[in-house]
Amino acid sequence: MARITLDKLAHSYKPNPSGPGDYALKEIDHVWRQGGAYALLGPSGCGKTTLLNIISGLVTPTRGRILFDDDDVTGRPTEARNIAQVFQFPVVYDTMTVRENLAFPLKNRGVARDVIRRRVDEIAGLLDLTRSLDRKASNLTADAKQKISLGRGLVRPDVAAILFDEPLTVIDPHLKWQLRSTLKELHRRLDITMIYVTHDQTEALTFADTVVVMHDGAVVQAGTPDQLFDRPAHTFVGHFIGSPGMNVLPCRVDGALATVEGHPVTLAHAYPALDAARVELGIRPEFIRLAPRGAGLPVRVRRIDDIGRARIARVELGACALSAMAPDGVALDGDEASLSLDPSRIHVYADGRLVAPAGAIA
Amino acid sequence: MTKPLDNRAWLLVVPVFAIVAFSAVLPLMTVVNYSVQDTFGNNQFFWNGVGWFKELLDPATDLGGRFFAALWRTLLFSAIILAIQVPLGIVVALSMPREGWTVALCLVLMALPLLIPWNVVGTIWQVFGRGDIGLMGWGLNRLGFDYNYNGGVIAAWFTIVLMDVWHWTSLVALLCYAGLKSIPDAYYQAARIDGASRWAVFTTIQLPKMRRVLLIAVLLRFMDSFMIYTEPFVLTGGGPGNATTFLSIDLVKIALGQFDLGKAAALSIVYNLIILAVCWVFYTVMTHAGADRGVRGDPAAGEAPDHAVPPATTIPLDRRAA
Repeated sequence: MARITLDKLAHSYKPNPSGPGDYALKEIDHVWRQGGAYALLGPSGCGKTTLLNIISGLVTPTRGRILFDDDDVTGRPTEARNIAQVFQFPVVYDTMTVRENLAFPLKNRGVARDVIRRRVDEIAGLLDLTRSLDRKASNLTADAKQKISLGRGLVRPDVAAILFDEPLTVIDPHLKWQLRSTLKELHRRLDITMIYVTHDQTEALTFADTVVVMHDGAVVQAGTPDQLFDRPAHTFVGHFIGSPGMNVLPCRVDGALATVEGHPVTLAHAYPALDAARVELGIRPEFIRLAPRGAGLPVRVRRIDDIGRARIARVELGACALSAMAPDGVALDGDEASLSLDPSRIHVYADGRLVAPAGAIA
Repeated sequence: MTKPLDNRAWLLVVPVFAIVAFSAVLPLMTVVNYSVQDTFGNNQFFWNGVGWFKELLDPATDLGGRFFAALWRTLLFSAIILAIQVPLGIVVALSMPREGWTVALCLVLMALPLLIPWNVVGTIWQVFGRGDIGLMGWGLNRLGFDYNYNGGVIAAWFTIVLMDVWHWTSLVALLCYAGLKSIPDAYYQAARIDGASRWAVFTTIQLPKMRRVLLIAVLLRFMDSFMIYTEPFVLTGGGPGNATTFLSIDLVKIALGQFDLGKAAALSIVYNLIILAVCWVFYTVMTHAGADRGVRGDPAAGEAPDHAVPPATTIPLDRRAA
């Protein structure tokens, strides 16, 4: 049990990194609260697994420190770190029974036999493995094996955090729900810090109370699912989270008025003069209403996708493509329509980063 | 959908049948034929029934005594070879580099002995072991050992075993290396997280994952060593005395030296059956070792009983968009 602090952490797989492009992981400062359920979300190759392996000690960072509470563990090997990790592919020791698998980490640490037995029975109960305890682990299904991998982390009473590296990849879809709810349940009961790496926003948002979004080797935003949805700190977050993602439109901002493709858009706040190469306006499709031709931004409707729970109109405003919610029963006259944007939901981004309105506290 | 069924498809296996018949079954039948007959030359054969087999399997007879002596010699040789080459091959495989240019270098160096023809290997060691001009023989003699593979039984066995270890250990090592390479990194990482010692990693991860290739290695090395002919024939010619006369050497002596076709044929068949039997035992033991007695793929394994309904966690985004 510990708070995990990443202090100016950076990693490069190259021996002599020169520019920022050489870093798989750019400088990160982050604190993982004790007992938090975190998701590390990002596309493939963004450095999630590298970060995870640095925390578990499988990779030693090029720069920076990792602290467990106030204890600097940067140079310490994995086995001395009290950390557990569950991998993408279930790892079980083939020759051992489930019981021996679960006991293995304790046996290696010289724990007394009766303590091991009690602990293994307890964990097997938690994971619902009691009935398979005396079977060979190699013959179990993938989800049972993944539970064993998890169980080997849980048996150690002193474990500081459990790290999950896309643990549900090889699990059948209908079992993913079960396993994920098992994880949630365990987190509630055991008060262990869990860090869950995934590229699937649904997994991240259902599992975690704090989602850390990574992009191109850097943490772009850490926040609750609500925060990520309401105030994406980066256009990447806006785009990556949500389905479909946030609309990002190049614009010019002048006080409380933005101009998109020559059309004025009213903003809820006034913004300071922006000195950036790229100024963009972001708004989620959920806050745009499609209406028949009339007041609002005139757009051309390309198509309407019915995604089950809603209908999403793919429209064009000049050269920009947008998505917008098409309310039920909206009658369109040809392919021309108009959009009304909710001003309070519009964010302004300069070079990809969220800009605070003038006079507001960032 | 109906499956097209056409018995003419059997014709497609005819070429295989023909090849196997001419390459294996017919020659073997000739041997079987010889083994139940006696001949005094002139291509005249007389029925002898199981006479040769009786004589062969009775240690009291001249032929039987010879056969059992050679059989124990050969079995001892195979046992020594397996006992040395399998552990040594594993150790070599474990100490080979995992990545980088040295991998290719190691692989090439290890493959070199495998590429040398058997009789050349015999000749190399014959020269190498000579007391006058051979580096090893001369060196051992200078160190004070009484080493002469043509004179001493121990020296002859030592040289043959060493020669075979030199020739074939890399085969075991290469097979084991292939087995080791197929183990995903996650296993080693998990073992580190579980605090496993080096020895525990070997016994719980590496050895079980190498079981299949080790089975192949053991079978190949057993068969090869049990049938070894050329190298000891070139090196010692079966001597000194009969000390290194293995079954195959004896077989050739009987068949071609004495031209006792019946005895040789009976010996061939028994020899063949022994190899088959031992291989079957190895195979059975090694494939069943560590296998689970439980039911394979039991769907109830580790499944939560009452979780058929997806849990009531909703996706925040869905809630909002609805």
